[in-house]
Amino acid sequence: MGRFHRHADGTVHSHDDHSHGDHSHADHSHADHSHADHSHEHEHNHRDVGDHSGYATGVERVEVLEAILGENDRVAAANRAELAAHGVRTVNLMSSPGAGKTSLLRRTIPALANRLRVGILEGDIATSIDADALTDLGAAVSLVNTADGFGGECHLDAVMVRSGLTRLPLADLDLLVIENVGNLVCPAEFDVGQDARAMVYAITEGEEKPLKYPVMFRTADVVVVNKIDLLPHLDFDLDAFRANLAAVNPTATVIELSARTGDGLDPWLDWLTSVATGH
Amino acid sequence: MHELSICSAIAQTAMDHAGGRTVRRVRLRVGHFRQVVPDTLTYCWDLQTRGGPLDGCVLDVDHVPAVVVCRPCGASTPLAHPILVCGACQSREVELVSGEEFLIESIDVAEEVS
Repeated sequence: MGRFHRHADGTVHSHDDHSHGDHSHADHSHADHSHADHSHEHEHNHRDVGDHSGYATGVERVEVLEAILGENDRVAAANRAELAAHGVRTVNLMSSPGAGKTSLLRRTIPALANRLRVGILEGDIATSIDADALTDLGAAVSLVNTADGFGGECHLDAVMVRSGLTRLPLADLDLLVIENVGNLVCPAEFDVGQDARAMVYAITEGEEKPLKYPVMFRTADVVVVNKIDLLPHLDFDLDAFRANLAAVNPTATVIELSARTGDGLDPWLDWLTSVATGH
Repeated sequence: MHELSICSAIAQTAMDHAGGRTVRRVRLRVGHFRQVVPDTLTYCWDLQTRGGPLDGCVLDVDHVPAVVVCRPCGASTPLAHPILVCGACQSREVELVSGEEFLIESIDVAEEVS
């Protein structure tokens, strides 16, 4: 396998691995590890000493080739399997803070009451404000505060969701919506076991956001364009936003609505229903 | 800012593969489109490992460029920004062939002296 290095001058090259698997420990000295075949101008950690001559013993390279978030991905797969075993389909709902995830859910839960049994897993760094706003609407709500034992993380990961699942009556649900921590960066990196990803984008955020937060916008199956009732009051260019979104995610479904007025809600309800019923 | 939790995951995986031996170096492959700042990652790595069994272990972050290959014309285009378009014919019918890597590639462990 070739390995890529970025040099200080910005150039990138690849070279073969130094495989140590095919010779014995006795036949390679420290000099084998001096990396004589390439210069050491990489962007290395400041403690990188370049060769290993300072080591008291030799070193052996051990191939790992594991996903950095492999453990998270294993727990996410377990979450997915458990949810599937209970017949629950799951949406990971993400957005920046204040885009309207909770307001949208306050509209969504009563509107789906005749179609689906909905549960909410509410992720916040701290407080039960959002979870409180969703109780009494007919949905089972499980709160995960990432400040309580999860280091105040800026996202939900699969382990946090696993903890939240234990407090939900999964056998009595058709659809679980995981309201992630408000953040356009980190939640996109963590699989939590969802079947689909949706994000809420508010037109007050500016047209350029898909280009600034491309990973988040690329991961979304659906982008809800919220606060559309404010369009007459803003200099927002909806066509420019759609073009920016298409540049990073040409296949995303776009649903324009107002969580405040309820206008445009039906396509969103239909999409959730299609996720929950699998067609 | 999820670099600390990423470093925690890296440390666990490195120790799992070290079999009790001292880990000298951990090599990562991180694609251009992953939202990780290499300098922040190495900073958090120092915080994560200081005073523990991985103290002094070097984190190498190999940057993998983002490259798309065009289906109509076959050209390869390195991308600085995640706008998936062919640099040769401007087609959007492109496949991302690298740039999303997020791997622990290998570790260097101290050998026992016999």
